[in-house]
Amino acid sequence: MVTAEGHGMIDFLGDVLAWFANPDNWTGASGILNRLREHVQITAAATAASAALAIPPALWLAHRRLGGTFVVAVVNIGRAIPSFAIVVLFLPISIRLGLGIGFWPTFLALLFLAVPPMFTNTYAGVAGVDPELVEASRGMGMTGREVLAMVELPMASPVILAAVRVAAVQVAATATLGALVGWGGLGRFIVDGFATQDNVEVFAGAVLVAGLAIVLEVLLGWFERRVVPTTLQSRAESIEIVVA
Amino acid sequence: MILLAQAADGFFSWDWVAGHLDDIWARTVEHLVLTAVAVTVGIVISLGLSVIALRYRWTYGPITWFTGVLYTIPSLALFAFLVPITGLSILTAEIGLVSYTLLILIRNMVAGINGVPDATVESARGMGYTNRGLFFAVELPLALPVIIAGVRIAAVTTIGLVTVTALIGQGGLGFFILRGLNLFYSPIGTTQIVVGTVVSVVLAVAVDLTLVGIERVATPWSRRKATA
Repeated sequence: MVTAEGHGMIDFLGDVLAWFANPDNWTGASGILNRLREHVQITAAATAASAALAIPPALWLAHRRLGGTFVVAVVNIGRAIPSFAIVVLFLPISIRLGLGIGFWPTFLALLFLAVPPMFTNTYAGVAGVDPELVEASRGMGMTGREVLAMVELPMASPVILAAVRVAAVQVAATATLGALVGWGGLGRFIVDGFATQDNVEVFAGAVLVAGLAIVLEVLLGWFERRVVPTTLQSRAESIEIVVA
Repeated sequence: MILLAQAADGFFSWDWVAGHLDDIWARTVEHLVLTAVAVTVGIVISLGLSVIALRYRWTYGPITWFTGVLYTIPSLALFAFLVPITGLSILTAEIGLVSYTLLILIRNMVAGINGVPDATVESARGMGYTNRGLFFAVELPLALPVIIAGVRIAAVTTIGLVTVTALIGQGGLGFFILRGLNLFYSPIGTTQIVVGTVVSVVLAVAVDLTLVGIERVATPWSRRKATA
């Protein structure tokens, strides 16, 4: 232990500050800026790809009221599989597919993690739209497609946005583990710090990873409140309890 | 590249499983103990904080904000924060694991108790229940289904997170996943990853079902209602 050997917590935090103050730790391929870029890049790519894969089928199935039991089963099983295990499992799978180490096993694991909650929350959002509204729309002569596009989708949009935010934060968190399968990102500092027993680097890495997750959560939450009409905002909160 | 190509033929080795049953059992028990301690401590802390939040309404916001921040911090980072302070120890693992249970438990405890009908509370008061009696004899039992729903989510989440503590020298079944990662190019490595994952999922499902059973036994009135 670095702290156990003579100098206390204050000195340790001083070392962490010195680490951040050192310009060498910011630049180059293994610098903070590049690691941050890698982390944000894979988070954005995996979140966007998951949304594209999960949301359209969920909209359609919920519109047709198909597969409700299946949805519940997916949530429960998804929660039981440790994300650490998923990241590690995708390493041999990615190699078997000829995609190698690093980006692809991390990306596929993130996809695998993010698709189920996005699917189920979108489903729950559409299925939770007031049936009277749907009926009234039909009574006004809307076709099934119009009901979905002009009534169910807008009404469910707060829930869908909340689902994307929750998934994005979870993806950013799990992307940290990508450092274990050869990917960069901010997790690199923690994993490399563990390997070299450099507690200063470990702690600095933790500050960066935690900071990114919190900034992402706050930014997306702010965006959501700006976009979603206040009258619909309580719906998003009610679904989040299901997510957590 | 040839090494990587051979990895593509990673088989599952039943021989390894048969030869390591003791090991697997020991790690499973370790996994359960880490989880049980974390969830129990989490319930005690959450109960305390929920009582404060219910008594002094203004504290609910700050409490959920703080536990929400803890919940948002990625697990590896939270453990990494603690390692310089508490070392590669069980204490580090448990502090991290407990932190993740708080938000879920407090939210469900407060929602459960707030969900008790006003009429029921008034009747209990009319029958002469004091604050303390009302809480333990009326509100808490009626809130149990919602509270246990929270405990189920907390327990299943914790079982998953325990595997991450392998990186700080603990880990239960996560030990196999981490060792498998270091040997991933061999069938024995893949086998260990799969064993660690599958047993941990089975554990999560078993604990979840056990809690459902406990709920049924602890709330006989709701079961009667369901069959009526």
